[in-house]
Amino acid sequence: MNGTAESRVAVIGFAAADVSVTTSGVETLAPVFEAALGQAGLERREIDFWCSGSSDYLAGRAFSFVNAVDAIGAVPPIAESHVEMDAAWALYEAYIKILAGEASTALVYGFGKGTAGDPARVLALQLDPYTVAPLWPDSISVAALQARLGIDAGLFSERDLAAVAAGREEASCVETLLDRPYLRMPLREHDVARVADGASAVVLAAADRVGGRRAAWISGIGHRVDPQGFGERDLTAVPSASAAAVDAGGLDGVQVAALHAPFTHQELLLRRALGLPDAVRTVAFGADAMFSAGLSRIGAAAGEVMAGRASVAAAHATAGPLLQQNLVCVLTAEVAA
Amino acid sequence: MRRAAVLGTGQTHHRTRRTDVSMAGLCREAIDRALADAGVGWEQIDAVVLGKAPDLFEGVMMPELFLASALGAAGKPLLRVHTAGSVGGATAIVATSLVRAGAHRRVLAVAFEKQSESNAMWALSIQPPFSAPITAGAGGYFAPHIRSYIRRFGVPGHIGALVAVKDRRNGALNPYAHLRQPEITRESVQASTMLWDPIRYDETCPSSDGACAVVIGDQQAAEASERQVAWIRATSMRTEPTFYAGKDHVNPRAGATAAAALWAAAGIKDPLDEVDVAELYVPFSWFEPMWLENVGFVGQGQGWKLVESGETALGGALPVNPSGGVLCSNPIGASGLLRFAEAAMQVMGRAGEHQVAGASTALGHAYGGGSQFFSMWVVGRNP
Amino acid sequence: MDTLSAPLTIAFDYTRSLGPVLGRFMAGLRDRRVLGGRTADGRVHVPPLEYDPGTHEPVTELVEVSPAGTVISWTWIDRPLEGQPLDRPFGWALIRLDGADTPLLHAVDAGAAGAMSTGMRVRIRWAPTPSGHIRDIECFEPGTGEPAGATTEPEPVTIMTTPIRLHYRHSTSVEESGYLRGLAEGRIVGRRCPDCRKVYVPPRVCPACGVATDEAVEVADRGTVTTFCVVNVPFAGQRLTPPYVVAQVLLDGADIPIPHLILGVPAADVRMGLRVAAVWRDRADWSTTPENIDHFEPAGEPDAPYETFAEHL
Repeated sequence: MNGTAESRVAVIGFAAADVSVTTSGVETLAPVFEAALGQAGLERREIDFWCSGSSDYLAGRAFSFVNAVDAIGAVPPIAESHVEMDAAWALYEAYIKILAGEASTALVYGFGKGTAGDPARVLALQLDPYTVAPLWPDSISVAALQARLGIDAGLFSERDLAAVAAGREEASCVETLLDRPYLRMPLREHDVARVADGASAVVLAAADRVGGRRAAWISGIGHRVDPQGFGERDLTAVPSASAAAVDAGGLDGVQVAALHAPFTHQELLLRRALGLPDAVRTVAFGADAMFSAGLSRIGAAAGEVMAGRASVAAAHATAGPLLQQNLVCVLTAEVAA
Repeated sequence: MRRAAVLGTGQTHHRTRRTDVSMAGLCREAIDRALADAGVGWEQIDAVVLGKAPDLFEGVMMPELFLASALGAAGKPLLRVHTAGSVGGATAIVATSLVRAGAHRRVLAVAFEKQSESNAMWALSIQPPFSAPITAGAGGYFAPHIRSYIRRFGVPGHIGALVAVKDRRNGALNPYAHLRQPEITRESVQASTMLWDPIRYDETCPSSDGACAVVIGDQQAAEASERQVAWIRATSMRTEPTFYAGKDHVNPRAGATAAAALWAAAGIKDPLDEVDVAELYVPFSWFEPMWLENVGFVGQGQGWKLVESGETALGGALPVNPSGGVLCSNPIGASGLLRFAEAAMQVMGRAGEHQVAGASTALGHAYGGGSQFFSMWVVGRNP
Repeated sequence: MDTLSAPLTIAFDYTRSLGPVLGRFMAGLRDRRVLGGRTADGRVHVPPLEYDPGTHEPVTELVEVSPAGTVISWTWIDRPLEGQPLDRPFGWALIRLDGADTPLLHAVDAGAAGAMSTGMRVRIRWAPTPSGHIRDIECFEPGTGEPAGATTEPEPVTIMTTPIRLHYRHSTSVEESGYLRGLAEGRIVGRRCPDCRKVYVPPRVCPACGVATDEAVEVADRGTVTTFCVVNVPFAGQRLTPPYVVAQVLLDGADIPIPHLILGVPAADVRMGLRVAAVWRDRADWSTTPENIDHFEPAGEPDAPYETFAEHL
C-alpha cells in the first residue's frame, strides 16, 4: 500500500550481524539494536513500537522469540509484537502501526541461528502436513523441481543460473561453476544460498520524526501469498510477487533491487515476475540468514538510497516453499508529493 | 484516527480432540460462522491475519502457508502473528491496525490451536542441554505466583473455587464451550485433586482443539452492515521480559501499563463503572482476582473481594467471563481471540444465553508467556 | 573462550486428524486406490483439496485416478536424508497421475539419475502393509498401470500418525559457558549488570536494561525460598516422579531467584521464607551442568522475614 504524503514513513537506521551466538539471539541482538539506533540517532526509550520476526522451528524450541525480548531491556514495558515470519513482515506490521497513527517510531528486528539444525529438513515442515511433509522432501530438492520446470519452459538455462551465482561469489566464472557437480539436478552448490546465522534491525520513523536525518522513504509496500499446492499454481510464475509489486506502487523508475532469492533460479523468476529490466542493478544476495534475510534486503535497499547510489530502490522478501509468499518494498530518496 | 469495528464473529465447538476435522476444517468452522455472522462474502475479505501459538504444537512450520488456500488467503496479504498466549488478542489488534491504517476495508482475523495433534506439555517441557531438569508444567509455572498473591494480600483459600464454579456454570450457557458443568459446586471444586498446589484440578483450564474468527471492517463497512457492529474503541499491547530482578509476577507492570493506555485511549475514567462486561484471560481460576487488580477495575488486594461479593457473576456489577472463559475452553492460540470475540458478541447483543443484558462497553483481554505479553481491547455498541 | 554446545533432538509422533476429504483419500490409499478431488471447474486435484479454491466450498466429490502417471519435473538426491521414502539414491518428482489435473510430489526409485526424464512414465509401488497414510505409497517406479476399479468406498481414516524428529546443536553464550564451567568447580558465579547493578544467576544479558552483564560475582549455594509449588500431577515431558516441590530459590548475593527442587522435608512443611542449602552431587560426577546441584534442602536456619524477599515475588 502507499502512504499519503503526510503519513510517509522512512527507514532511518539499519544494522545487521552475520553471526548468532545462541538460538535466542539475545547476545547478538543487543549490539545490533545499538548500532541501528545509533545510525537513526534515537535512544531506546524513543522507540514507540518494537516488532520482530523469527521461527520456533529454526531454533528447535517453542516460544523461542520470548528470550529475544531480553535484548530490548523492556523495563518499563514496551509496545511490542512478533510475527512467525521473516522480519520483513514485521516491518510491514510496524509500518502499518505508524500509518494508523499508533506509533511514530519503530524498531523492527529479525534473528535466527539457521545452522543450529538442518534447515533443508526443517523446511519440509512448511509443506502440507498430511500428504507431503511425511515424505520429508528437503527444501533443496523441492527447489530443484522448480528450477527444472523453468529450464524446460525455456525461461533460463543452467548457464544462466551460473551467471547469477558468479555475480554472488567473488572471483568465480561461469565456466568454472558449470564444471562443478550437481547438488540436486539441475542445481549445483552455487545455486543454493548458504544458510547462515544472523540478525538485523531496521529503525522506522514517521515523517514528523525524521527531521534532518538521512532517510530512505517508503513509497509503498505490498505483500501477497500464493496457494502452496504444487499443482495449484504455475511454479515458474510468482503471481504473489507480481501483485505485491503493484501493491507497492509499481517498480517503474527503480534503479537498484535487493532481491531475496535463496536459489539462483528464483532470482531469475523474480526478475521476470517483478518486470525488472536488465538495466536494474541488483544488490547481490549472499548468505541466507533465515528470518532476518528479508528484513536485511530492505535495509540494503534503504542503504543504497541513503548512500546516494540510487534515488529509487526496491527490496523483496520471500517466505515459504518455492517463493510462495512475497513482499515488495519501494524506497525513495525524496518524499513524493 | 480512522474507526474500525467488528462486523461478525465465529468459533468452533471446542473439544479435547476434534478428530472429525483437519486443521483447515477447524479454521473453516470458525471462519464460515464469522463470515455468516458478519454478512460478508469471501470476495469482500481483503486480507487475512492468522494467529497461533508455537508451531511445535501441531508439528507444522508456519501452518498458515499450507492453509493459505483453505483460509481464503491465496492471492491476498496474509500475516502470521505469534505472541505466545496473548496471540489471539494480538491477531485482532493487528487486523484492527490494518483497517485503521487505511490499508484494507475488511480483514479476517483467525486463530486456532489443534492441541490434539501433539501434547502441549511435551512441547513446553523440551529441555535444552545445560539446563536444570526442573520441569513443573504450565500450572507449575503459575502456581508459585498464585501463592505469592494469596500471601501478599491474605486472600482466603476458597476464592479460586468461587471463580471456577462461576466460570464452569457460565460455560454451561455457552453452546461452544468445551467444559459445560452446570452442576459444579464450591464443595466439588475443593474436593478435586490438588494438581499444582495451590491449584486444584477444577481450577485449571482444559486442553482444547478450537478456532475463532473475527471480521473487522472500516467505518464504511461497519455502516454498510445490516446488523449491530462492535466498535473498537481502543486497543493496547505491552510486553516486559519473562524474568528480571524486581519483576512483579502478581501484578505485572506490562499488564498494568497496557490497561492504563487502553482506558486512556478509550476515554474511560472509571473502568468498574463504565465497563459492562469483561472477558479476561483466566487459565487458572485464581487469575481472575489478580487480573481484576492488574487492569485497574479495583485496587491492589481488592480483586478477591469483588469475586467473593458475587459481582463478577452474571447479573453482577461486572460480569467476568460470561462465556465460561479460558477455564472452560482453551485452544491456546485461539483463546485470546475468543476473549476479544466474546467481548464483541456482548456489545453486539449476540451472546445468546450468556448475554449480559444491555452490555454496551466490553473488555477483551489476553496474556501470555511468563505474564509478560498483554493485549486488550475495548469494544462498544457505539463508536 | 570457547562456548559450550551440545546436541538437542526433538521428537514426537504427531496424530493428525484428517477430516472428511483427506480421511477418504487416505482410506483409498489403504485400499491401494488413489482418489482425486473434483472442484467446481471440473479439475481433479491429487492430492485432493479440502476446499474449492474458486468457490471456497468444501470439496465433496472424490474420483479414482490411475496409479500411473507422467513425470513433469524431477531431481535426484544422492544421499537421502532421514525420514525420506528411500535410503538409496532416488529421484524426487512431480507426477501427474492419469486422470488428474495436478501433480503430486513423491520419490521415484529409478536406480540412477540417468534413468530419470521429464515425461517418463511411472507407477506407484505400494507399501507392503498399507495403513491409511501417505506413505502407503512406498514410492514410484518406472512403468505403467491401471486403476484398481471401483469398489465400495471404505470408512474414512480418522487419524494418521506422523513422526517428526529434528536435530539441533544447542549453543550457550559466553556468559552461560562461564557459569557452567564455574558449576563444574562447585562455584555459582553470576554477573552484575553495569547499569542497574543487579546480579543475575545464571548470567545473561540484563533483561531490564538490555545490556550485557559484566562483573563476575560468586554467590552462595544457599538462599531463601521466595515462593513454590507442589507438583502432584504427572505430565508429558516430566523428568521427576510427583509429588515434588519446585521452589523459587533466591541465592544469597543474587537478585533473581532460580527454580529448584526442595527435598529432605515433607512437601507440607515447605514454606515461603524457608532457608535452604544446595545439596551437590558427588564431586566425581561434576561437569558443566546445573545438574551438579541435585536439589536444595532446609539449611536449619530461622526463616527469612517476608519483607526480605517480598520484592522478588
